Amino acid sequence: MTSPTTAPTASGTDAGSVLEIRDLHVTVGEGDDAKEILRGVDLTVRGGETHAIMGPNGSGKSTLAYSIAGHPKYTITGGTVTLDGEDVLAMTVDERARAGLFLAMQYPVEVPGVSVSNFLRTAATAVTGQAPKLRTWVKDVRTEMEALEMDSAFAERNVNEGFSGGEKKRHEILQMRLLKPKVAILDETDSGLDVDALRVVSEGVNRAKADSPVGVLLITHYTRILRYIKPDFVHVFVAGRVVEEGGPELAEKLENEGYAAYVKDSNEQAKLEASQG
Amino acid sequence: MSAQNTGTDDQTTLTTDTAALAGELFAPGVGAQAGPPTTPAPGTGTAGDTPPGAHSHGGPAPTGSPAERFTSTDPDAFPRPTGREEEWRFTPLRRLRTLLDGAPSTTRLQWDTDLPEGVELTSVPAGDPLLQGLPEPVDRLAALTRRYSDGADVLRIAKEAVLDRPVSLRLSGTGSEDVVWGQLVVEVGQFAQATVVLDHAGLARYSGGVAFLLGDGAQLTVVSVQEWAPGTVHGGQYDAVVGRDATLKQVVVTLGGDLVRLVSNVQYAGPGGQADLYGVYFADESQHQEHRLWVDHATPHCRSYVVYKGALQGEKAHTVWIGDVRIRPAAIGTDTYELNRNLVLTDGARADSVPNLEIETGEIVGAGHASATGRFDDEQLFYLCSRGIDAETARRLVVRGFFADVVQHIGIPALQDRLMATIEARLGALPDLEEQPVEVV
Repeated sequence: MTSPTTAPTASGTDAGSVLEIRDLHVTVGEGDDAKEILRGVDLTVRGGETHAIMGPNGSGKSTLAYSIAGHPKYTITGGTVTLDGEDVLAMTVDERARAGLFLAMQYPVEVPGVSVSNFLRTAATAVTGQAPKLRTWVKDVRTEMEALEMDSAFAERNVNEGFSGGEKKRHEILQMRLLKPKVAILDETDSGLDVDALRVVSEGVNRAKADSPVGVLLITHYTRILRYIKPDFVHVFVAGRVVEEGGPELAEKLENEGYAAYVKDSNEQAKLEASQG
Repeated sequence: MSAQNTGTDDQTTLTTDTAALAGELFAPGVGAQAGPPTTPAPGTGTAGDTPPGAHSHGGPAPTGSPAERFTSTDPDAFPRPTGREEEWRFTPLRRLRTLLDGAPSTTRLQWDTDLPEGVELTSVPAGDPLLQGLPEPVDRLAALTRRYSDGADVLRIAKEAVLDRPVSLRLSGTGSEDVVWGQLVVEVGQFAQATVVLDHAGLARYSGGVAFLLGDGAQLTVVSVQEWAPGTVHGGQYDAVVGRDATLKQVVVTLGGDLVRLVSNVQYAGPGGQADLYGVYFADESQHQEHRLWVDHATPHCRSYVVYKGALQGEKAHTVWIGDVRIRPAAIGTDTYELNRNLVLTDGARADSVPNLEIETGEIVGAGHASATGRFDDEQLFYLCSRGIDAETARRLVVRGFFADVVQHIGIPALQDRLMATIEARLGALPDLEEQPVEVV
C-alpha cells in the first residue's frame, strides 16, 4: 500500500503497531465521590485493523478514549495500556501523541486567537520532531483540505472557534491525516453529521488506512458510519467493559436488535456481583 | 492538571419574555427620548444642550443606581476622593495623588504625528463652543483635566474622507515632574472612514481627556496604546459620541506604566450606531491597570459589543475592569454584549471584574455579559497536548492566543506585530511557567 519512497509516517515502519489494553479500570471523581466507569477492559488493536466499539450512552466508551489519551479528569485504578510494548499510562498527554496515538474528539475545544495553520504546524513539528518543510507542508495541508471539502479560508480561522459541527469533525480528520498516527481513536466522529459530511469524513479515514497500516478504534453509538468505514472487529461495550465481540455481522445484529439484551444481562450480573460482594 | 472550576460565567440573552423583568428595572423619572440625529440624546451625561457652566445634575432625578452618573465641568462639584466612593474604591489613591493634587502646567507630551491627506490638526482656546458641547467629566480628575488643559488639540477628519493610512499620534512623556494636562477632540465628518492611533510612551504624569465625535455614517477605529515607561501615572477619560449609523471601534492596549486608569464612555447621537470596544491589558508586579466602561444606550437600534481581556503576573499586580451598560427606556432594539476575561498567571495578583447591565426596556434584541477570572483553561491545554504539543508550548500558545484574539481587531499588521512581540517578551520573563498550577477558567 505504502511505497518506501513516501515520507516516513509517525510509525516509521510499515509493519504496523499494537495497542494493547489489559484489564483497564478507570474512575472519575475523588475520594467518596469516585465512581468506577471502566471495569476491566481488554482490547488489542493491531496496525491496519479497524475495531468498532459500540454501546449505549453512558457505557463508558468515551471514558475509554479519553483515558487512553490521558485526560486528567480520569484516574487509572488498574490495568495496563501499551503501544508496541511501551507503557502508555506512564506518558504525559503530549508524549502519548508523539508515540503515535491520536484521539479525534467528540467535542473539539475552541482555542481563541490560535489559527488553524499555526496550530497544525506546531503539532506536526512536535509529532515529527522537526518543522515540516514549508513548501511540501503547505501543499500537503491544501491537498487534504480540498479532499475534506474544506474552504482554504479555514486555515486562518481560530481553532474550532465558530466552527459548525461538521467543520469540527473535518478539522479532526484533517489533523489525523497530517499527524499520521499509528493508532487513531475516533470518538463518535459520526455524531451530529449529515450524510454528506459523514461521507467526506469517512473517506478521510479510509485514505489514512490506505496510506499506512494505522490501527483504528472507532467509537460509535450507531451503525451508520460502519457502512462507510468497514470494521474488521465489532465490540459491544456495556457498563464499562466489552461484553461481546465478533465480526462485522455483529453490527448488523445490533442494528436490528439494539443494546437492550446486553444491558439487561449486565444489570443482572451487577446484581449478582453485588449480592456476592 | 486539576479540573477545579474557579471561574464564573453567566450569560443573559434576553428576548421577548424579558419584559416583566425589565419592567421591574424601569427607573422612574428617566424618560429619555431619542434626540435629533446630530446631537447627543438628552439625559446621557452631556452638556450638549445645556448652557456653559450648568451642571447636568439639575436634570432627571437620579435613580440611585451607579449608572446614573453625576457629571460636571467644575472640579469642585466633585468631593475630593477618599477611596470609599464607588468610582475610586479600586484605585490606589496614594499613587494617583500626583495627578489629583497636580498643579496647572504648560508642560506637554512630545507629539510626533503622521497625518494623511484629509486630516487637519489644530487647536481651540478654552471657552470654545466645541468644548462646551463635549460630554462632561465624570469625576474630579477628569474635571481638573478639562479645566487645566486650557483649550484643546483638535484633530479634524474631513467629511467623506477615506484615509489612505492611519493617523498616528505618538505621544511621549519627557520625564517632567509636572503633570501634563491634555484635551484632544477627534472630529470625524459624515461618512468619513479613519483609523487614529494614540501611541503613548515615555515617562510622564499625564491626565488626558479625549473626545471622539462621529458624524452620521462615519467609521472610526481608535487605537490607544499605553506602553509607558515604569514610573508613569496616566489618568484619562475617553468619550465617544456615535452619530446616526456611525461605527466606532476602539482598541485599548495597556501594557506599561505604574498606574493607568482609563474611563471610556459611549453615547449615541442617533439610531443605528455601533460601538465595538476592545481592550487588552497585562499587569506585572505592582502595576495597577484600571479600565472603566460606560455605554449609555438612550437611542433606538444601536449596538455595543465589549471584549476586554487581561493577564496578570507578579506580586501586587492589580487590574480592574468595570463594564456598565445601560439601556434606557427609549433604546428599543438595542443589542449589547460585554465580556471580560482575566488570566491570572501567578499568585499574588488580583483581578477585579464588575459587569453591570441595567435594562429599562424589554423591547431589545439582546443583552448579555460574561466575566471570568482564573488560571489556564484545562480543556484547551489538553486539546493542544493531545496533538503532541508539550505543555510549556501549549501554555504559550493559549496565552498568546488569548491576547491575539483581541489584538487582531486593530487591523494594522505592523502595530499588531509590535504589541504581540512586547507581550511575548513579557511572557518570556515569567519564571517556571511550566510549574504553574493549572485550573479551569
